[in-house]
Amino acid sequence: MRDKILYALAAIAAVLLARNLYIIFFVLGEEKNQGAIWRIFEFHFPAGILGLSGFIVATIFSVVYLMSGNLKYDSIAAAINEVSLMFAAIVLVTGSIWARIIWGVWWAWEARLTSMLICWLIFAGYLMLRRAIEEPTQRARLSAVVCIFGGIDAVIVYKSIEWYRTLHPGPVLTIRGGGGMPPGWQETAYWNLLAMLCLATILVMVRMRQENVSREIDSLRRAAHAY
Amino acid sequence: MTAVAIEGVFKYYGDFPALRDIGFTVSEGSTVALLGRNGAGKTTLLRIIAGLSKASQGQVRIFGEDVREDSTRRRVGVLGHGLSLYDELSATENLVIFAKLYGVSEPKKMALAWLERTGLERVRDGLVREFSRGMRQRLAVARAFIHDPDVLLFDEPFTALDDRAIAVLQSLLDDAHKRGRTIIMSTHQLKEALMLATHVAMIRHGEMAYTGERTQQMLDDTGFLYRTYEDA
Amino acid sequence: MSAQAVEPAASIPASTFGGSVAEYLRQIQTIAAKDLRSEMRTKEALNASISFSIVILVLFSFAFDPSSDQLQEFSGGLLWVVFSFAGALVLNRSFARETQNDCLDGLLASPTPASALFLGKSLANYALLLAVEAVSLPVFALFYNLHWTGLFWPLVMVMLLGTWALTMIGTVFSALTVNLRLRELMLPTLVYPLMIPALMSAMTLTTDFFSGTPLGPDNMIWVRLMVAFDVIFTAVAIAVIDTVLTG
Repeated sequence: MRDKILYALAAIAAVLLARNLYIIFFVLGEEKNQGAIWRIFEFHFPAGILGLSGFIVATIFSVVYLMSGNLKYDSIAAAINEVSLMFAAIVLVTGSIWARIIWGVWWAWEARLTSMLICWLIFAGYLMLRRAIEEPTQRARLSAVVCIFGGIDAVIVYKSIEWYRTLHPGPVLTIRGGGGMPPGWQETAYWNLLAMLCLATILVMVRMRQENVSREIDSLRRAAHAY
Repeated sequence: MTAVAIEGVFKYYGDFPALRDIGFTVSEGSTVALLGRNGAGKTTLLRIIAGLSKASQGQVRIFGEDVREDSTRRRVGVLGHGLSLYDELSATENLVIFAKLYGVSEPKKMALAWLERTGLERVRDGLVREFSRGMRQRLAVARAFIHDPDVLLFDEPFTALDDRAIAVLQSLLDDAHKRGRTIIMSTHQLKEALMLATHVAMIRHGEMAYTGERTQQMLDDTGFLYRTYEDA
Repeated sequence: MSAQAVEPAASIPASTFGGSVAEYLRQIQTIAAKDLRSEMRTKEALNASISFSIVILVLFSFAFDPSSDQLQEFSGGLLWVVFSFAGALVLNRSFARETQNDCLDGLLASPTPASALFLGKSLANYALLLAVEAVSLPVFALFYNLHWTGLFWPLVMVMLLGTWALTMIGTVFSALTVNLRLRELMLPTLVYPLMIPALMSAMTLTTDFFSGTPLGPDNMIWVRLMVAFDVIFTAVAIAVIDTVLTG
């Protein structure tokens, strides 16, 4: 049953991505001021949303784990963090490419990129910690605590760095009262968000299963050595 | 009166149960020798009773209260492998610190009294770093007893002790038993432990294999329990 | 020596008045005093920390021209980099010193709540870090020709707030990493990214104070951020410390 869900999601994601790519490259016209490179926004923006919300959701699952003691929640949190870390990396790379084309520099210390970089560092630390602890219950407990610190800090980082630097192009999507974009761009961005969300779900589910299986192997190994 | 009540205790490392459905009661005033091969789960169980570790499932109560309550811990004395002594502090300082943490009134006075009792009054200002193993053991024992606990938990207390330290420990345990204190000690040193014990509990592969009174047969034939329950 | 000496006069454990506030404070004070006494006896971490901070200051003098006017702009940043790195040396030792001889078990088995243990250690670390900073700051000002006494009390306030953030996060993570193989690596990796909001605020304010800009509506926001950071994370730390220390 679970496999069927995974395949179905994969099919949906494939269809959506194909459709979106087609639209991005063939249907939408050039952006007035920035040219072709603006298309990268269609990936940059969804990745940003998924990455950040992933970190927050993982933090919630970490709290749930600490309260319930059920290791499945730990697997979910770890899987989500890992996938979100990947999306954060996508944000950083696409943002960097965009900055190079438009501003001529590979990196600019503006608010959102900097915040995403810091979040990336915090949660890369989370994954490093997990790798350093062998015993599953201890690993779950300690990484849940780190995730809680990380999640709260991610929120604080975002707010505070916004106050600190203000170079990022202002919000362009109409929901945030920004300048708006040529017709069709905004819609496509959201379609891409959907496609990438399907992709994210698949990756999380696969990763989660991996965690659960490796934990089972660990306990079998312990049993074998004990007796 | 039940001093220690352990019910349905499980301890998981990941999905692996290191302790499975452990349950037994210890009545006040008894001395329990906790036996079992290395890796059976003795230390894990003792740590849970001492409040150092949380059981994944089940309950441990001391005099009816959960073992992790601060008021309960005040009545428990613990002595583990590492002795819990600060190398860079003196014998007196070590005892005073723990006396204060356990809420002993007049900590300095009690510390000095216990140093005398364990034969360490001459090195009371010496740093623990310079002590021999036997001296450290005696100091650690003093630390475990200083707040006059009702329940004593010892993890392999006789390991690598010299004669003098063994004598001190045996006399203190015997004395504590006479005053109605409850003692649980895990051990490999069957002879010394079984002499003091009123009851015996044996863990095998994370499960309780045997609990009961210590019999003369066990004293005479110290391998009896292991042969009966261990080598199945 | 006879082990049959007369039993010491019975002591009435203080538990007659239960886990009161006075008892809690006494436990915090015992832990803090113990840590400070241990450290004062060897002075290992203190010496290492102070020498390290001076070494970094000298190194920085090669990184840029110490006499340039532009130094004003990043003076606050430099100072807090020095404080963070030197502070890590002290913070790492905090719970690490308890692993020898299983002292941590001795503390946890006692009626001391984990939060009292955490606060006691944090206070001791706070004192040690402030001591290191009290030495580094004048040396820093000396080496780089900075005027630091102008806005002295605001500067002290920033030091107190910022150092508490560093201390408190460092102590919690010292507890978290205490039993790990890679303790020395994991502590800085985890702590520094988390500290950024507090460090950023401290750096901005310190730079302002060094260049004579007083506390005003423009930079008040950084003070508020530091206070919020300190309050929020101290609360989180106290809430999770028991889970971190007992498994």
